[in-house]
Order: sequence, then C-alpha cells, then structure tokens
Amino acid sequence: MSYWRKPLDWDKINIPEGKIHVMEDQCKGCGFCVEYCPKDTLEMSDDFNLKGYHPVVVVNEKSCVNCQLCEVICPEFAIFVTLKNNYPATERIPETRKGVKIGES
Amino acid sequence: MNAVTHPMEDILRMDRMPHIWCPGCGIGTAVTAFAMALQKAEICLDKTAVVSGIGCSGRVAGYVKLDSFHTTHGRAIPFATGLKLANPELTVVVISGDGDLIAIGGNHFIHAARRNVDIKVFCINNFNYAMTGGQLAPTTPEPATTTTSPYGAFEHPFNLPFLAESSGAVYVARWTALHIRRLTKSMTEALSKKGFSFVEIIAPCPTLYSRRNRLGDGLDELKYYHDNSVIKHGLDTRELDIGYRKEIVMGKFVDKDRPTFIEALNDRFTQVFGDKYEQYGPQNANGN
Ligand SMILES: Cc1ncc(C[n+]2csc(CCOP(=O)(O)OP(=O)(O)O)c2C)c(N)n1
Ligand code: SF4
Ligand code: SF4
Ligand code: SF4
Repeated sequence: MSYWRKPLDWDKINIPEGKIHVMEDQCKGCGFCVEYCPKDTLEMSDDFNLKGYHPVVVVNEKSCVNCQLCEVICPEFAIFVTLKNNYPATERIPETRKGVKIGES
Repeated sequence: MNAVTHPMEDILRMDRMPHIWCPGCGIGTAVTAFAMALQKAEICLDKTAVVSGIGCSGRVAGYVKLDSFHTTHGRAIPFATGLKLANPELTVVVISGDGDLIAIGGNHFIHAARRNVDIKVFCINNFNYAMTGGQLAPTTPEPATTTTSPYGAFEHPFNLPFLAESSGAVYVARWTALHIRRLTKSMTEALSKKGFSFVEIIAPCPTLYSRRNRLGDGLDELKYYHDNSVIKHGLDTRELDIGYRKEIVMGKFVDKDRPTFIEALNDRFTQVFGDKYEQYGPQNANGN
C-alpha cells in the first residue's frame, strides 16, 4: 500500500550526497549539528577529543544530502560538507521507504 | 582529499581555532552568518574592515582574516566612524556585544545612527555582560537573574530595533542565532546598504546567562528560539520589546533611504561654497 504518488519527473531528479569533514579536535560537542541534521547522519561520540570534549561522529554518511545545515549552525567551524555525488532520486530512496513500492497500487 | 579546506578559510583565521567561546555559545554561529554574508555580498574583502569592542562578542575582530581592530570598551563605533570618514571607500563593519555597543557605547550608537554614518553594526545580544562574569546589561529582560541582579532584574531593558530606528538607522533587522539563513540574508543586505545599518542577533550564552537562569545549555536555547520566535517583517519597532521567556519577534523592520553623513556634508558645503567646493568621498577618489 502506498500513500504517495510517483512524481512525474522522478527519474530526472538528482539527490545530492555529501562528504562530511569533521575537524574533530575543534569540536566542543555542543550537539547543534546532531540536533538539526535533517537526516540523522551524525551522533555524539563516547570518545574524547584532544580538548576533552565528546566530538561529533558521522554514523551514516550515505544518508547525508549535502544540505550543509550542520556546517552553518556549527559555532566552532568544526564541520563542513562538500558535494560527493548527485545520484538519481530512484537510487536514493530513504531507508524508511525501502519497503514501499513507489508509484504502485 | 587533503586539498579540501573549510569554506570559510578565506575569511576566518582557522590557525587561531579553537576559539575562546564556550561550547554552545551563539557567537560562533553569528560569525558563520557574517562570513557567508561577506561571500554573498560580493564586496571587495581588501576594502572591508571589521571593528569590535571589548567582550566575548568583541573577540570577533581577532578571528577574521580581514583588516580589523579590537578597540577599547564601548569605542567600536567612534573608531569605525573615523575609519569610514577618513577612507570612505571602505565597507566598515562593527561586530560587538550589547553591553559594548549599547551600555558604555550607547551614546556613540545613537549619534552614529542620527548622523547616518555609513557603517554596519551587528550587535550580538546575549542579555548580559558575559566576559566579566554575567552582570546585568541594558538588554537584560525583567526579571532575569544576573550576578548583579540576584533577585531578578527590575530595570526596563532597551528594545534595540526601536532604539536604532528612532535614532535614525536606515536598515534594522533582528534574528536569533538559530535563523542562520535569514540572518545571513539580512547581513548581506546590510553590507550592501548605504547608511547606518543595524542587525541584532539574539545568541545563547550558556555559561552565564542560561546557567544563572537555569535555562540549560546552548542547544536548549536554540530549541527555545525555535518554539518561541515569530517572523513579522515590517512590524512597528515599538512593539519589539523582549520579555523574559516571552515570544521573540524577528524580521526586517526598517529599510529606507536618507542622506549619509558624507552626502549631507557634501550637500551643505556645495550650497555654501558652490563650485569652489571639492566633493569629499569615494566618487572623488583618484585611482581607486
Ligand atoms: C572601560 C572599561 N570598563 C569596563 C570593562 C569591563 N568589561 C569588559 S567586557 C564588558 C562587558 C561586555 O559585555 P557585552 O558587550 O555584552 O559582550 P559579551 O561579553 O556579553 O559578549 C565589561 C563591562 C572594560 N574592559 N573597560
Ligand atoms: S549536510 Fe545536511 S544531511 Fe549532511 S550531515 Fe550536514 S546537516 Fe546532515
Ligand atoms: S555543531 Fe560543531 S561543535 Fe557542535 S557538536 Fe557539531 S561539530 Fe561539534
Ligand atoms: S561566557 Fe557566554 S558569551 Fe562568553 S563565550 Fe561563554 S557562552 Fe559565549
């Protein structure tokens, strides 16, 4: 059963994938990026960095859509994201939708 | 891979990181917005100067890879005014705290706005004097607790957009450190605007203001901004008081034009001296 219809330009849409760069020893573990990342790509680490903070870690880079929200909200200039790839939307179906057949039923 | 550098590398002094600001402090995010605005405004960075006063917010001048000056407490605006008048082709930006700009520097603030000196003033408002231990500021909402108001503040705080507008500012906006994209847009507009332009940035100070008032950490404060702020562009600035833990109204409130200090000076002297008067300002600068 599917409650959403397939957009007409589904095969033309590209969803970007980001490459995340963390300057681990510059992070002060405030959690802003983890909280506001729309894709749950980041988490706080249990380990300590050089300055004794729990830094951010990338737990699921594949999910990153290069929105750069983490980069702009970070008060430490400790994380930034570059464009890794532009995949066709059809290849970047979110995990939560994996079971749903698009455009069917 | 190694060649990938931080996108702010051209504007910020990454060799000085980590900076002095506490974890969860909003000043860093405001600086990111400023750096992005500088990139967007397409102004010549060699002709841009940043002036700060004293305070945690006053440290911004030391982290930018631009000509900058860390003045004495409260004197960022007079220094910036001198810089602009002596070298009118510069874009002069003042970034400093509410205490620095509005308490000890309040007199300079109103007069620079009144004269419409062409400077951009970005005020980071964390509702207290943070650097010196969290004392009451003229922006502290009633009845917030600070080190010098242990029983709660009972003085009526300034409404900064109203103060700026009524003193003569031509551009007035307010955002929180959470609203980075909109803040960046306002800063970009202010950088391109001619005349006294003012942007207030509401920012968390978890170490002093939040801790004294038991408001949690920086992230709690961002969540508070998210749940308790509304955008009302063009609202009458008289309605922009900030009450303690009340709704924060944000937006662009003023965007108008009137002659800058240098324009008014040229107009007046032309009227009095006619053709004998040589116009002052960048339009008359030889070369560049
Ligand atoms: C002439 C003078 N008076 C007082 C001080 C002490 N002093 C340093 S910073 C500061 C207040 C800073 O408050 P604010 O501008 O709000 O910046 P914040 O630290 O909150 O970012 C004061 C009173 C000083 N350095 N010089
Ligand atoms: S770029 Fe966007 S999706 Fe990727 S980690 Fe940052 S906030 Fe998350
Ligand atoms: S926002 Fe920056 S400082 Fe805060 S946890 Fe993320 S990377 Fe670290
Ligand atoms: S004392 Fe407050 S304003 Fe100063 S760096 Fe720490 S959190 Fe920021």
